Amino acid sequence: MARLDVKKTYKLYIGGAFPRSESGRTSVVNDAQGNLLANAAKASRKDARDAVIAARKAFGGWSSATAYNRGQVLYRIAEVLEGRRDQFVAELRATEGITAAKATTYVDAAIDRIVWYAGWADKITQVVSTANPVAGPFFNLSSPEPTGVVAVVAPRGPLLGLVSVVAPVIATGNTCVVIASEAHPLTAITLGEVMATSDLPGGVVNMLTGSVAEIAPWLASHMDVNGIDLTGVADPELAAALETASADNLKRVRRAPEVAVDWLATPGIDRLTDWLETKTVWHPIGV
Amino acid sequence: MVKVPERATAFFEYAPAPESRAIVDIKASYGLFIDGEFVDGHGTSFKTINPASEEVLAEVAEADEADIDLAVRAARRAHTRVWGRMPGSERAKYLFRIARIIQERGRELAVLESIDNGKPIKESRDIDIPVVAAHFFYYAGWADKLSYAGLGTDPKPLGVAGQIIPWNFPLLMLAWKIAPALAAGNTVVLKPAETTPLTALLFAEICQQADLPPGVVNIVTGAGATGRAIVAHPDVDKIAFTGSTDVGKAIARAVAGSKKKVTLELGGKAANIVFDDAPIDQAIEGIVNGIFFNQGHVCCAGSRLLVQESVAEEVLERLKRRMSTLRVGDPLDKNTDVGAINSAEQLAKIRELSDVGEQEGGERWSPACDLPANGFWFPPTLFTGVTQAHRIAREEIFGPVLSVITFRTPAEAVEKANNTPFGLSAGVWTDKGSRILWMANQLRAGVVWANTFNKFDPTAPFGGYKESGYGREGGIPGLATYLKGTG
Repeated sequence: MARLDVKKTYKLYIGGAFPRSESGRTSVVNDAQGNLLANAAKASRKDARDAVIAARKAFGGWSSATAYNRGQVLYRIAEVLEGRRDQFVAELRATEGITAAKATTYVDAAIDRIVWYAGWADKITQVVSTANPVAGPFFNLSSPEPTGVVAVVAPRGPLLGLVSVVAPVIATGNTCVVIASEAHPLTAITLGEVMATSDLPGGVVNMLTGSVAEIAPWLASHMDVNGIDLTGVADPELAAALETASADNLKRVRRAPEVAVDWLATPGIDRLTDWLETKTVWHPIGV
Repeated sequence: MVKVPERATAFFEYAPAPESRAIVDIKASYGLFIDGEFVDGHGTSFKTINPASEEVLAEVAEADEADIDLAVRAARRAHTRVWGRMPGSERAKYLFRIARIIQERGRELAVLESIDNGKPIKESRDIDIPVVAAHFFYYAGWADKLSYAGLGTDPKPLGVAGQIIPWNFPLLMLAWKIAPALAAGNTVVLKPAETTPLTALLFAEICQQADLPPGVVNIVTGAGATGRAIVAHPDVDKIAFTGSTDVGKAIARAVAGSKKKVTLELGGKAANIVFDDAPIDQAIEGIVNGIFFNQGHVCCAGSRLLVQESVAEEVLERLKRRMSTLRVGDPLDKNTDVGAINSAEQLAKIRELSDVGEQEGGERWSPACDLPANGFWFPPTLFTGVTQAHRIAREEIFGPVLSVITFRTPAEAVEKANNTPFGLSAGVWTDKGSRILWMANQLRAGVVWANTFNKFDPTAPFGGYKESGYGREGGIPGLATYLKGTG
């Protein structure tokens, strides 16, 4: 008799733990052939708010961790993901119905993307800092600091797009609340499992699955969220509404891309600098 | 109850030392500066007055939507045909030329600024106008070096920038907006504040003197409706705004869903933090400069004094003594420290919030000072007994009003300093180097002045965290907000 396989319960990833949605809601996720794969948690407004609280709580420690340490943690995520490479390839094949070669390409690119951003953690400051030659006897430096809690609407696509938007946010010392692509909730939660076992402090990344149109407005209008990445918002009307709501506390807004993004291409540094503030410090020079 | 101390300066009176007004020639009326010419506006013209005397200075045109459309079209033409394709080295020379003319006409600009704005001549002459010239010099040199700005080998201008500036540093805010925009190859439509249009209009003449190609700089005068028309115009690529947080939020909403880029430099409620080991004499000067510079009409003003409990009494006593020597009065007098409040409206707001401060339990103190009979005036004022819940500790007053709060530990100072939706600036006074650096790290503010305050330089990026806005002005970040990277 064939062994009965043990199916995974996909929950949310909030504050380093994997709770069910407080709403008790789930939605059915089918494989490419239309067979039941899992019930994914359908996050509510309350889950989104809990996630913001967790992200804020994690911000102090993560933003003041050394850049070297943040880089190591990101690299550790890549290491653990590499170890689970086959699992992700299998999951992508099941959910997307794509070939093993294609799934491998995306998983490998996602791992390499995390490595790329891991390396940026202790370099971006040097690249965008300035020593300012002011016209007076002052020591004057401008350097970047993380913006704070960033809400991220992840783009469509199972893994590569997700890590491409999340890694730069945390590499720079921000914490985030991510709404996974509605079409790909399972991989996002499995990625959460990778993060939970990679020395990433709980709350630095919080992963919600569910309806973007339902959850995103609560994050856009949340007064303790400092920035919002609308990359995954496909509906222009929803994007405009989210940007409007974001003005309530002047969130930094990254708009949805005007043309489709090639996630396989090497990115620039704009996803890092979008979530950085410049701080200029003055001190007189004298004896 | 306002306690009236003996006048500390009674033994040491100053003779009047007025700067001559003869150097400025204020016209009876001004049009809009569009496409290199002064033209009539189609709105309802308005008067600009001298806030120190309420004397009408000039009649100024109001730009309506049609005028804004003309200005944007002129800017677009100039960008497409001339400025956007001109070699950077040539753009640079225009900007250097403008910088030189500003220096040559510096006294004229300073006097005009003080007349229209009410700020002391020693500030307009020694700070505003020199820093204006410095901004044009600094960004002039960037125009042919854009590939070194960290945005790729060939960064491109955004196109037409709509720029809306406040009345507190009229020409300086113009320079912060126009110099980087032009250096990057953009053309601009700029609206000065309705109460302080005159130096911007004189700047338009300087553009003519410099033979700047028509349409590169357009100056449109008016109030809120004119500003809204700029923000709403579909052919504007970027909005740069300095002003109140409320208007900044309205702009952020207005551009939502568009492709317009935005930078916002908004309000603040800066903490100026004095530790018990601070050089007290310097700290007193820094506190005074922090809140009474430019009548406190400064978004980054140190409007919350956080003083360590162990030295609070001494600091307050010395601060009051120093405040008693401040000379409030004629902005054109070279000895004046505190000039006129810019408008009746602003004066009403300062009075209202100060009254609320008393009603909520703050203790109000001002030195004895004779305020002129005409014009808009408010004495240097401090409030003690202020808690973090008081409106005067939370809201931007934008006037010469200081709220004093005490703290015991550095951690408490940080918590109180950051307990605000704003995050523009902060001050730290201590002789301990490691504490300065720790504080500078902890403070959620875009500018931290340690053992100094209210210093500005074109090379030093300026701008806020949180609800103080986004984007930076000055330095490379200030240039980058007018460029598209090419990877």
